[in-house]
Amino acid sequence: MKQTIRSIYEKEGAKKVLASLISILAGLFVGTIVVVIVGLSKNTINGSGIWDGVRLIFFGILSKGRDAAGSLVWGYNAQSLGNMLFRATPLIMTGLSVAVAYKTGLFNIGAPGQYLMGTLASLMIALGIPSSVVPAWIIWILAFLGGCLAGALWGAIPGTLKAFLNINEVLASIMTNWLAANLVTWAFDISNFKNVAENTKAGYIYKTSFNGVVTPKMGLDKLFPGSQVNMGILLAILIAIAMYILMTKTTMGYELKACGANRHAARYAGINDKRNIVLSMAIAGALAGGGAALYWLSGNTEFYWSTYQSLPATGFNGIPVALLAVSNPIGVIFTACFMAMLDIVGQQLTGFTAYNEYITDVIISVIVYLSAFSAMIQLMLSGKKQKAGSHNANAEPPKAEEKKEGGEQA
Amino acid sequence: MEPDYIIEMLHIRKEFPGIVANDDITLQLKRGEIHALLGENGAGKSTLMSVLFGLYQPEAGEIKKNGQVVKIHNPNDATALHIGMVHQHFKLVDVFTVLDNIILGAEDTKCGFLQRRVARQKVQELSDKYKLYVDLDAKVEDITVGMQQRTEILKMLYRDNEILIFDEPTAVLTPQEIDELMEIMRGFAKEGKSILFITHKLNEIMAVADRCTVLRKGKCIGTVNIADTNAQELSNMMVGRPVQLQVEKAPAQPGDVVLDVKGLTVPSKTSKKNAVHDVSFQVRSGEIVCIAGIDGNGQTELVYGLTGLTHSAAGTLTLCGKDISHASIRHRSQAGISHIPEDRHKHGLVLDDTLENNIVLQSFRESRFQTLGFIKRDAVRSYAEKIIGQYDVRSGQGPVTVARSMSGGNQQKAIIGREIDRENPLLIAVQPTRGLDVGAIEYIHKQLVAQRDAGKAILLVSLELDEVMNLADRILVMYEGEIVGELDPKTATPQELGLYMAGAKRMKGGEEA
Repeated sequence: MKQTIRSIYEKEGAKKVLASLISILAGLFVGTIVVVIVGLSKNTINGSGIWDGVRLIFFGILSKGRDAAGSLVWGYNAQSLGNMLFRATPLIMTGLSVAVAYKTGLFNIGAPGQYLMGTLASLMIALGIPSSVVPAWIIWILAFLGGCLAGALWGAIPGTLKAFLNINEVLASIMTNWLAANLVTWAFDISNFKNVAENTKAGYIYKTSFNGVVTPKMGLDKLFPGSQVNMGILLAILIAIAMYILMTKTTMGYELKACGANRHAARYAGINDKRNIVLSMAIAGALAGGGAALYWLSGNTEFYWSTYQSLPATGFNGIPVALLAVSNPIGVIFTACFMAMLDIVGQQLTGFTAYNEYITDVIISVIVYLSAFSAMIQLMLSGKKQKAGSHNANAEPPKAEEKKEGGEQA
Repeated sequence: MEPDYIIEMLHIRKEFPGIVANDDITLQLKRGEIHALLGENGAGKSTLMSVLFGLYQPEAGEIKKNGQVVKIHNPNDATALHIGMVHQHFKLVDVFTVLDNIILGAEDTKCGFLQRRVARQKVQELSDKYKLYVDLDAKVEDITVGMQQRTEILKMLYRDNEILIFDEPTAVLTPQEIDELMEIMRGFAKEGKSILFITHKLNEIMAVADRCTVLRKGKCIGTVNIADTNAQELSNMMVGRPVQLQVEKAPAQPGDVVLDVKGLTVPSKTSKKNAVHDVSFQVRSGEIVCIAGIDGNGQTELVYGLTGLTHSAAGTLTLCGKDISHASIRHRSQAGISHIPEDRHKHGLVLDDTLENNIVLQSFRESRFQTLGFIKRDAVRSYAEKIIGQYDVRSGQGPVTVARSMSGGNQQKAIIGREIDRENPLLIAVQPTRGLDVGAIEYIHKQLVAQRDAGKAILLVSLELDEVMNLADRILVMYEGEIVGELDPKTATPQELGLYMAGAKRMKGGEEA
C-alpha cells in the first residue's frame, strides 16, 4: 500500500496535479488572510463576520444564504451549482483553447480576441436570421458554428504570422485582441441589434431569446432549479473529451505535439510544420469562439457591445484554467468549474457578508501567479535540480500574465 | 628549490546523483611539459576540468599549485592562478574584432576609458613572439576557424597564463593547421608554460605529448610516458579492452546509380553567397561515398538540399531514376531517403517525447500504425520494442522512456535503428559518430558497412579524418561549397586530403565538367 502511494507520488503527472492543488490552497489561504485583515481593520465587521467570510471562501458553493436569525445556512444549493456549471461552460472552452495551443508549443493569449469574434459572429447570426423563416434550432447550430469559425479565423492570423514570418504569437495575439475589441464595437454600433426595446439598460445587445434562439436546457433546469445552466455544459465537456482524444490518440494530435515540442525534428520527419502551427492556432481560436457562442446563445445573457476599451475576462481566465489543469483537456473541465465556483463564492460574499466579490479576485490572482510557477513547485516536490533548458516551457506564462493585467486595466 | 609540479590534482572525487564522475583521480602537471588527458566521452575529463576551474567543488581531494594547497571556488580563482583554457567550442563574440575579444574581461582602463593602444601593443608583441598571426582588426565572424583558435590562444597569453588547457583543439582543424598548432604548443612548452591537452586522438598524443594520463569511467587508469608506449596500448587503456582501430570491410561492389546529383546549388541562410555551388556527384548502391571537408564548407547545406530541408536554388536530384528535385521532405523520405541527421537533438529526436513515438517519427502515417487517423498504440509499441531489441538501445523504461533522459549513444542508436529499418535504398549519415565513445563508434561503423554490403547506397558526411579514411570507398572533398576533389582512400594520404580540405589544391575537370 505504502509503495503504491509512493509510486503514484513519484509519477510526473501526480506531481503536476499536486503542484496545482498547492497553488489553489495557497490562493485560498491568502484569500483568508485578506478576509481576516480587512475584517480586523473595519469596525463594521466583527469576529463572527470574519468567520462567515472565511467559511464562505472555502464552502461558498454550499451556502444557502442566511436564515431569519441571521446565521449562515449550509447545504446543497442547486441554484449555485447550476450557475457554476453555466459559468464554467465558456471557461472550459477558453481553457481548452489555451491548453491545446500550449500542448503544441504555442501560447495563446489571443483567446479574448477569439472569444469576442465568436461573440460577434454568433450573435449576428442568431439575431440576423429571422426565426420566422429558418427554424430556431438550425439558427442555433449555424450561430454556434459561425462562432467557432470566426474564432478559428482570428486564431489563424497570429498562427500564420508565426508560421511564415516567425513573429511571436504572443505579440501578434495581443494585437489581434484589440483589433477584435474595436471591430466588434464598430460592427454592433452600425447594426440594428442594439437593445432599444428595453431601454432600462443602455449599451446592450438583444438577448438571442428575442429571436427565439435559446440553448436547450435538456432537463438540466429540473436538476438545478432556478439556475441558468443549459446543454452548453454538456457540449463543452464532450468537446473537452474530444480534444483529449485528438491530442493523445490521433496522428493529427501526434503531428501537432511533435511540431510544438521540436519544430525542427518535425520538419526533418516530413511533417509540415507551418501548416500545423496555423492549424493549432485555428483550433485554439475555434474553441474560444465556440465558448463565446455557448455563453451568448443561452438566451438569457446580454452582451455589452461597446467593448473597445476592455477585453473579456473569460478569455484571459482560460490561461489559469489551462495552467492549473497542466494543459490536460480533461483537467480543464474541473479547473474551469473551480474558477466558476470562485465566481459564485464572490457573489455569496457580496450578498451575505460585508465583504465583496473582489476578495475572489485576490484569490484568483494568487492562484494564477502560483500556477505560473507550478514548474518550480514541482521541482520542490521532487527535491532535485533540473536542467536550465527545461524551464523554458514555463517561462512564458508569468510574462503573459503581466500583459493580462495591463490589458484589463487599459 | 621549485617543486616539480606546477599543478597537482590529488585524489579528486566528484559524485553526481547516481554516478561517480571522478573517482580518486590524480593528475600532476610538470612545469614546461605537454601533458595529454585521454579518455572517452563520459570518462570524466570535463568534470575534472570543471573542478580545476571551480565550477564544481570536489567531495574529496585537493588541488595544489607549486606545492601549496589552493582552493578554487569559481573560475575567477582559476584565472587568478593563471590557468587558462581554449574551449572546444570557442567563446568568442562574433561581431567583435579580434583585439576586442582578446581584451574582453581583462580590459585596461584609465578613468573608465579603454586603453586599446596599450592592449594592442601587448597583443602584437605576443603575436610576433609566438608566431600567432591574426588580423587584430578583423571581426571574428569573418576569420577562419584556425584564426579563431589563435585568438583564443592569444586570449590566454594576454592574461599571462602559465597553465594552458586545450580542450579537443584539433577537431576543427585541417592536418596542416594541426601541425602548426603542435608546433605552437611545443614552443609554449619550451618557454616554460605547462600544457594540458585534452583529446581522444591517439596519433596527436604520440606526436606532441610528453606524458599522458588516461581516464576510464571516472577512474584514473594511469599516467604513462609517451616515449615508453604506443597508440594501441593507449587505446586499450582508454577503452579497457583491445579495440579494432581499423574497420574491417571487403572491397566495395558498386551497383546501379541510386542518387544522381547534377549542378545542385543551395542558398546560404546566413550570407548572400550560395552555401553549395554547382555540385554534381553520384552514389551507387553498395558503396560508401564520403563527403570530407572542414566544418562549415557547405556539407550541412548539401545534406539539407538533398533531403529537402532547404529548397535548392538550382540543379536536379534523381533518386532511383525518379526526379525528386522539387519533392517535399516527406516525399523524398518516402521515395527512399533515410537520413541520420547531423544534430540529433535538433532534428533527430523530439527530446520530450517517448522513445516509441520517436521511433515512428516518419512512419506514423503508415497503415500499420494508424487507422482513420487513430494511432494503433499496440503496433507502435511492438515495433519500438523490435527496434530497441535489434539495435540494443538501452533506456530506463523501454518504449516509454523520454528520449531526453537517454544517453547520447543510445539516442543515436535509436535514430540509426529507425533510419536503417526503413529499408530505403539511400542512407545519408551525417557525422553519425559525433560525440560518441569508441564502443558506440565501432558499432555504428559496422552497421554502416553492413548496410553497404546489403546493397544500400551510403552517403557519409564526416569531419573526422580517421572515419573518412576508414569507411569510405570514395572520398569527395568539399571546400567553400564546391567539390574540389575525388580521392581513393586506398591511395590517398591524409596530407593530400588536407590540402584539398584547405583549398590549397583542387582537381580540374573530372566528373564535375
